[in-house]
Amino acid sequence: MENKTPVLSMRHITKRFGSKVIANKDISLDVYSGEILALLGENGSGKTTLMNMLSGIYYPDEGQLFMNGEEISISSPKEAFKHGIGMIHQHFKLVDVLTAAENIVLGIENEGKLNIKQSAARIKEICDKYGFEIDPAKKIYDMSVSEKQTVEIVKVLYRGASLLILDEPTAVLTPQESDKLFTVIKNMKKDGKSIILITHKMNEVLSVSDRVAILRSGEYICDKITAETNAQELTDLMVGHKVALNIDRPEPVLPKDRIVVKDLTVRSIDGVLKLENVSFTARSGEILGIAGIAGSGQRELLEAIAGLQPIESGSIDYIEDDGTAESLIGKDPNEIADMGVSLSFVPEDRLGMGLVGSMDLADNMMLRSYRSGHSIFTDKKSPTELAEHVVEELSVNTPGIKTEVRKLSGGNVQKILVGREISSAPTVLLTAYAVRGLDINSSYTIYELINKQKENGVAVIYVGEDLDVLLELCDRILVLCDGRVSGIEDGRNAVKKRIGLMMTQIGGGEGYE
Amino acid sequence: MNKTPFIHITKRMDVGRPRAYLFRAISILLAFVVIGIVTTILTGENPFAVYTSLFNGALGSVRKVWVLFQNLSILLCVGLALAPAFRMRFWNLGGDGQVLVGCIAASCVMLFLGKTVPHGLLIVLTLVASITAGALWGLIPAFFKAKWNTNETLFTLMMNYVAAQLASFFITSWSKDGSAKIGIINPQTHAGWLPEIGNKYLLIILIVTTLTVLMYVYMKYTKQGYEISVVGESERTAKYIGIKVNKVILRTMILSGALCGLTGFLLVSAKDHTLTTTMVDGRGFTAVIVAWLAKFNPFTMILTAFLIVFLNLGSNQITTTLGLNSSFGDIITGIILFFIIGSEFFINYKISFPRFAKGDE
Repeated sequence: MENKTPVLSMRHITKRFGSKVIANKDISLDVYSGEILALLGENGSGKTTLMNMLSGIYYPDEGQLFMNGEEISISSPKEAFKHGIGMIHQHFKLVDVLTAAENIVLGIENEGKLNIKQSAARIKEICDKYGFEIDPAKKIYDMSVSEKQTVEIVKVLYRGASLLILDEPTAVLTPQESDKLFTVIKNMKKDGKSIILITHKMNEVLSVSDRVAILRSGEYICDKITAETNAQELTDLMVGHKVALNIDRPEPVLPKDRIVVKDLTVRSIDGVLKLENVSFTARSGEILGIAGIAGSGQRELLEAIAGLQPIESGSIDYIEDDGTAESLIGKDPNEIADMGVSLSFVPEDRLGMGLVGSMDLADNMMLRSYRSGHSIFTDKKSPTELAEHVVEELSVNTPGIKTEVRKLSGGNVQKILVGREISSAPTVLLTAYAVRGLDINSSYTIYELINKQKENGVAVIYVGEDLDVLLELCDRILVLCDGRVSGIEDGRNAVKKRIGLMMTQIGGGEGYE
Repeated sequence: MNKTPFIHITKRMDVGRPRAYLFRAISILLAFVVIGIVTTILTGENPFAVYTSLFNGALGSVRKVWVLFQNLSILLCVGLALAPAFRMRFWNLGGDGQVLVGCIAASCVMLFLGKTVPHGLLIVLTLVASITAGALWGLIPAFFKAKWNTNETLFTLMMNYVAAQLASFFITSWSKDGSAKIGIINPQTHAGWLPEIGNKYLLIILIVTTLTVLMYVYMKYTKQGYEISVVGESERTAKYIGIKVNKVILRTMILSGALCGLTGFLLVSAKDHTLTTTMVDGRGFTAVIVAWLAKFNPFTMILTAFLIVFLNLGSNQITTTLGLNSSFGDIITGIILFFIIGSEFFINYKISFPRFAKGDE
């Protein structure tokens, strides 16, 4: 690499938000042609901010950009395209009611009339060249997440980008879809394009990238040739100290049936089928993992058990220690608690559902307990004590318990939410994407907490997105596919590839149909 | 870099309270400077004459001070009524109508039971009638919101017009000579009039002061107040912890309407002793500003209500002493509110001019 000249050079780039937050600090980084550069860093390390400055969304406070040795300035996405830089964002920016082709040509200022036929021909040419599969006439709302992503990539290529930035592209994809994506990325590389891959998944970095650049809390740490490094070294560099990459999985002790779901069918308010004939049993002292593509009914399933989602048919029973079954159907969370069932729920939307962002720690602890006692006044003392306890026990990084929760980082927010939910000594713990957006240390704290609950005999239902984690943590894994149970696998013997297939096809393409 | 943006706006992360108040004080000061300049340019008057009559109009004599505090109390009472609804993010713009139906109910009881029911009981009945009427007027939009998720902003707003039409209808039908005027109710017997303590202003002030403290405690320290905050901040969180959101909406709007009805009672039974279509005088809307500027804190609302009433009385004085058109008072009020609301931007954001800061590049 030494003898090549970089396509793009960043020199001493600094970006501040407000007076205190420095998102990027004096970063210098080179990108060469025909390479796949992985930009590795934990959440909040400044990867996306840095890339947003290349794509014209933010403007650096300090520093310079050079393209092929010439200084350039990028103050809008349009200018970024002018220099051949295109970014594929985590959240797609497509118009749902238009077709793929229409989205791709949207916003390009051309002389003369729009010729959609000609454009379609060029789109097909690009697809054939790199191995994409899209139907230019298909509407976006009919597309799967992976298809939408393809449209985004083709859109960028259509505009003549030679440097592509992909922000966590595999976060929403199944393993098979990810493999497909990496194939086209490699084809693009062969064509001489440069690709920057923003990610925090180690296996992706190792399998596709040529070089890795590591960011930590806004600072550039170093870069490594992928072939000369390994997962442990990269993780240590990314986190800043040594971390153990193993998740414990103690054997379940005397598992007993706790939650029995039978033929559960749920429709959304608009009548869309979200869950269809779902049946399973969650046992005490066991972690039941739930895998599936985002939006396969995970949220509805947990909310149905928690009493937040009206159901169409089926049954959800809570089994007491002595074997008596009580139905949870038609009860709201309050009524479930009144039955004596201690059910805790860590929802996906932490600040919009589990906590109130504008309230302080103590007031958030009070959410679960404020009803206790007969006084018309709230008791602030015990929630304050609980807040202090959680802060200390889970080492929450906060200026104090009077701080608004939304001002804390994602990991600390999650610790507060989990801390509150397990403080009531639950018998059932529902968690949805418990480690999403968390740094490695916080993630491992959460895994430990969940394992501790399991050892206490709690029936844990763990909805996750990272298959590697599900395979390491869970005793059994239920795979959802489009609202139906695709199968239940034993966590200790499950194979990742097979789970991936089961996520897209009922039963993984065998049995059933 | 060659294309540094001209203006750079960044959000301030944490603004200390003293600093925020300093900004607000500066903005009021600046507003007065601008008022002076605008007045001199438009009218040729000495700006200090303007300041003097503004001040005199509001606080120029003992009686004026009492009037100011009475007006403040009534405006504050409407503000207190709106605060819990707003905290719940239920945009109750129907304060005017809710107060007016309270006035109608109070007048009705005083007119028709004034001769038969003993004095003390009559006051109680008047009070109950106006509170009930106001609560009902608040409950109707809340019910539709809870049941069919109708837009409360429009609904409460339109209920104002219904109330106004009802008022003119009842005034016409109750007036003895068909003159569409009721005149003072029970002028001889004073039946249904709230007694005076010391003077005719003090009782209202005391009642509203008590209510301010109660409302502060209610919103901050009670379970119901906590539920209101949770529902306002996030309905999903409220459902998640098992709060019955519809129940809270209905309950809070009954409270909000009831307090508006109480304001109507104070207007009829303690202040004006009559019923007219204009007696609420837009307080239902002015109170929105009072509540918002104070971020729904009852004690801060005393300050914001003071500011508004002060400006109102003061600018009236300007228009009479300087012989200006009455719209001039509105211009002054407008300038001050513009600066106060504008100061919130400077409290939350920092503006810098990077081109000048760099200089040597």
